[in-house]
Amino acid sequence: MSDNDATTSAEVELRWCFLQGLSGDAAQYRLFLGRLSSHLRAYLRRRLPKAPADVEDVLQEALLAIHNARHTYQDDQSLTAWVYAITRYKLMDFFRAHARREALHEPLWEDDNLFGTVDLEPAEARRDLGELLVTLPERHRLPIELVKLQGLSVAEAASRSGLSESAVKVGIHRGLKALATRIRGLT
Amino acid sequence: MKTDDLISLLASQTTPVDRRVPPWRFAVAILIGLSSATVLMAVFLGIRPDLGEVVSMPVFWFRLGFAVALGGGALLVTLRLSRPGVSVGAGWTAILIPAVIAWIAAGIVLAGADVDARVPLLLGHTWKVCSIIIAVLSIPPFAAMLWAVRGMAPVRLRLAGAAAGLLAGATSAVAYCLHCPEMAPPFWSVWYLLGMLVPSVVGALLGPRVLRW
Repeated sequence: MSDNDATTSAEVELRWCFLQGLSGDAAQYRLFLGRLSSHLRAYLRRRLPKAPADVEDVLQEALLAIHNARHTYQDDQSLTAWVYAITRYKLMDFFRAHARREALHEPLWEDDNLFGTVDLEPAEARRDLGELLVTLPERHRLPIELVKLQGLSVAEAASRSGLSESAVKVGIHRGLKALATRIRGLT
Repeated sequence: MKTDDLISLLASQTTPVDRRVPPWRFAVAILIGLSSATVLMAVFLGIRPDLGEVVSMPVFWFRLGFAVALGGGALLVTLRLSRPGVSVGAGWTAILIPAVIAWIAAGIVLAGADVDARVPLLLGHTWKVCSIIIAVLSIPPFAAMLWAVRGMAPVRLRLAGAAAGLLAGATSAVAYCLHCPEMAPPFWSVWYLLGMLVPSVVGALLGPRVLRW
């Protein structure tokens, strides 16, 4: 199988997992994020040859951004193009924040091979998202901790925290957006 | 937190994503923008008293159609710029076509008019205030459009801000059509467009700051 075929079949498989995830299948969504992260890691390692220590941070930021923007994906759209646009946006943000102007001159238009390479070895992230999570206001932090970290259902989390079910859902949604904002404030 | 833990966090207890939300958000923004600009116009300027008569004139609908079509083009471009990885492509033409048609109509009217009548056709009676009023009326729709785009994931912030601003300007121009006494294409193809371009430029300036995510 050539590189091109591998890229195409990765696009098809990832897209399927992603669409299942969008309709509420958590297992497929996890599979999607897991496989996606190995592709993005390989891509970011190529793009950040001078800053290998930052790869995992940018990767986490991109994953969070992809999650927060998942409602903007259109069914008829190439998943590669969508993922690439978001990752590139976050990468440019990183370059801007770190004033690595010279890196901007490297050609970035290589999205066709985004899903063609894999890197399964995560490095340590420098920034700890767990610590950032703790700094969120309680109405955001509590729903995320109860539902996302302790694995309670939305209904259980609602009765445990005294919030309404819709407040729990909104809290998670807004909390993950707030987390992305916090990350930007740091870099 | 390790990347694997982040993935677990993002993937646990996933709820289905309702992808009708983006179109709804824009529909709400346009509705709020259009009604607030219309209310502002009606309260501070007043609907033109002879509206009942002018609605039978084709040129009234031509002018309104110009503002609506330009708004439609701006909406198309704004929607595309709100989604990552979608190119605007032919969307730019959708903005250009109404403008070009208006300019051609203006050119025909000017060419057919006496030399002495040309400048009055171009300036009308209200050229000093027209663009400013459209720009001011566009403030509430401008806020509404930015709110809609902020709920999306724009990656070209300057362009997205400019497109959202143009959409707000066109919305405000639609509302202003109900007040404005000027009917001549040479007038509105210039001053209306100028008024719409003000929020568009403001949007381009504010975009990178306001639309960041």
